[in-house]
Amino acid sequence: MQQITIAPVTRIEGHACIRLFVDDNGGVCDARFQVTQIRGFERFITGRPFFEMPSLTARICGICPVSHQLASAKACDQLLAVTIPATAARLRAILNFGQLIQSHALSFFYLSAPDLLLSMDHPVATRNFFGVAEKDPQFARDGIGLRKFGQQVIERLAGRRIHPTWAVPGGVRSPLEHSARDAILSDLPAMQTLVRNHLQRFQDSLSRYQEYADNFGSFPSLFLSLVGDQDQLEHYHGNLRFIDAHGTTIINDFSPANYQEYIGEAVEPWTYLKFPYYLPQGYPDGMYRVGPLARLNVSRCCGTRHADSELSLFKQLAAGKPVLNSFHAHYARLIEVLYALEMMEQLLADSSILDPHVRAVAGVNQFEGIGAIEAPRGTLIHHYRVDADGLIVRANLIIATGHNNLAMNKAILQAARRYIVNDRLEEGMLNRVEAVIRTFDPCLSCSTHAVGSMPFVIELIAPDGQCIDRIRR
Amino acid sequence: MKKLRLATLWLDGCSGCHMSLLDADERLLELTTFFDIVYSPLVDVKQFPEKVDITCIEGAISSPEDERLLAEVRKRTRLLVAMGDCAVTGNIPAMRNIEGAPAMLQNIYTGQELLQPQVPGTDIPVLNDKALPIHHFVPVDLFIPGCPPSADTLFTTLTALVKGETDQIPLPACFGA
Repeated sequence: MQQITIAPVTRIEGHACIRLFVDDNGGVCDARFQVTQIRGFERFITGRPFFEMPSLTARICGICPVSHQLASAKACDQLLAVTIPATAARLRAILNFGQLIQSHALSFFYLSAPDLLLSMDHPVATRNFFGVAEKDPQFARDGIGLRKFGQQVIERLAGRRIHPTWAVPGGVRSPLEHSARDAILSDLPAMQTLVRNHLQRFQDSLSRYQEYADNFGSFPSLFLSLVGDQDQLEHYHGNLRFIDAHGTTIINDFSPANYQEYIGEAVEPWTYLKFPYYLPQGYPDGMYRVGPLARLNVSRCCGTRHADSELSLFKQLAAGKPVLNSFHAHYARLIEVLYALEMMEQLLADSSILDPHVRAVAGVNQFEGIGAIEAPRGTLIHHYRVDADGLIVRANLIIATGHNNLAMNKAILQAARRYIVNDRLEEGMLNRVEAVIRTFDPCLSCSTHAVGSMPFVIELIAPDGQCIDRIRR
Repeated sequence: MKKLRLATLWLDGCSGCHMSLLDADERLLELTTFFDIVYSPLVDVKQFPEKVDITCIEGAISSPEDERLLAEVRKRTRLLVAMGDCAVTGNIPAMRNIEGAPAMLQNIYTGQELLQPQVPGTDIPVLNDKALPIHHFVPVDLFIPGCPPSADTLFTTLTALVKGETDQIPLPACFGA
């Protein structure tokens, strides 16, 4: 059997390697998205005190440290067996929105725009954010501005942009300052205008991307996300919901605390990233997707004015049924950013957000805690067991990119079948296969992270061992 | 002025140092007036190029693949920078060193709650027993501590290097926070 290897996959948050298997007829018959390194957080945090977890597990990922910190803090709240002050929960939600905005801005403007705005076939040397900045300086400045705003929200609340130590078991470490609230509020209108302009621009150009929408992760699957009690979009509170490809809720919404009844994890020998699956349907049939696309599919509404009108337009893509094309995750990200900005405005407008009571203090009162939130890339679960001294005995972390593992492999196979023909390898075609991965916006620093450091050489080897084609980047 | 050739490399770390570099915000575009970015997770070049002036490395060294790449990078780079605590000390990835890689892998992949429990090992690089800082393997010209180093620290360093001020860079930097 012949093999094609793409390594490293670039412009994703991590490094990975794609291996394509070609059969004797020249068709791609299998595809593997390989994650080739692991740091082992689940193991080395055992034996350490639970109160270190929010800051320590933030270091899982430099892109979404806040997501890990919040999932961890929620799990730790349960170890204390406390209800945290309402203001603390609202402040954490705002922090999470800051995280969502900066991460979505990175994915769309910095990492995927080179494919969308330049083109899939643009010369390699300038097919990047700096090439985008040259072609459309305002677009690049908007991307920088939006990411900066999200990072500043985190800095204004939590004191620093990356790996803050603000969310703690029982709440947050310090209340919101007047000046920080005013600074965020004064930036919000310009950011809303910016995002609505880019949403408009993306919608106007959608027809140009039809080819990609049809071939980038376009297949039925289950979807999973948190959802609010009014069926609205939710990133911090709420229960988990699975829907099928028709939009039907397949089991009653369940508390994240019961995740093990519905989510199993499988191991394959060729990757360090585990494969979560929907237990009742077995492996690998229980494939599901998480993330911005899943969240908009699962939710009936956003609950904010402008985002709701954008969501109804979005849902028209599939006549009200779930949107099955992973390519539209780009679109979904922009809608979520608009929603996050509107929610932030609502939460900050209420003066109770300045309440100084933001932390419940207690010791260990329960030995097991499970915290879930929606990270930018999807559902994130931290699960800890501790002993009577509060030392971690067992930890399980299920990361958004893990949930998407089965679907990413399927999406790569779909794109490879469409774009790779064995008698000719073209660089732009391979970039299309990588671009599929970018629609999932995988974050491989999360929990396991890959290093694809082999030089980028693709060889097509005939069954007799002779190299029939080779390209090098 | 001739632009310097800058590379950035992400090995066994969380990407926080690279994110901190992006936190230079608008100054990021200013950097491209001093530098050609010839290799980085942000650009599409897949082969580490020849004759690089400065390479900033984030992360520890955790596999034979990391070691091989590091040796190649050192050979092709004039000035090698250990960017952030993982590159400087091993930091977070080195927390697994207490028990070593085999025991860690065994624990994570063979739990009874898993389907098909097994330690992955087909067609993927093995892990070194311990994650180690880069100066364990090659000479390093400049160390920037921090988890991550702040955007100001990184920006100050890079612009000082452009001016050739390698002796006295005022680094607002410390380990950890």
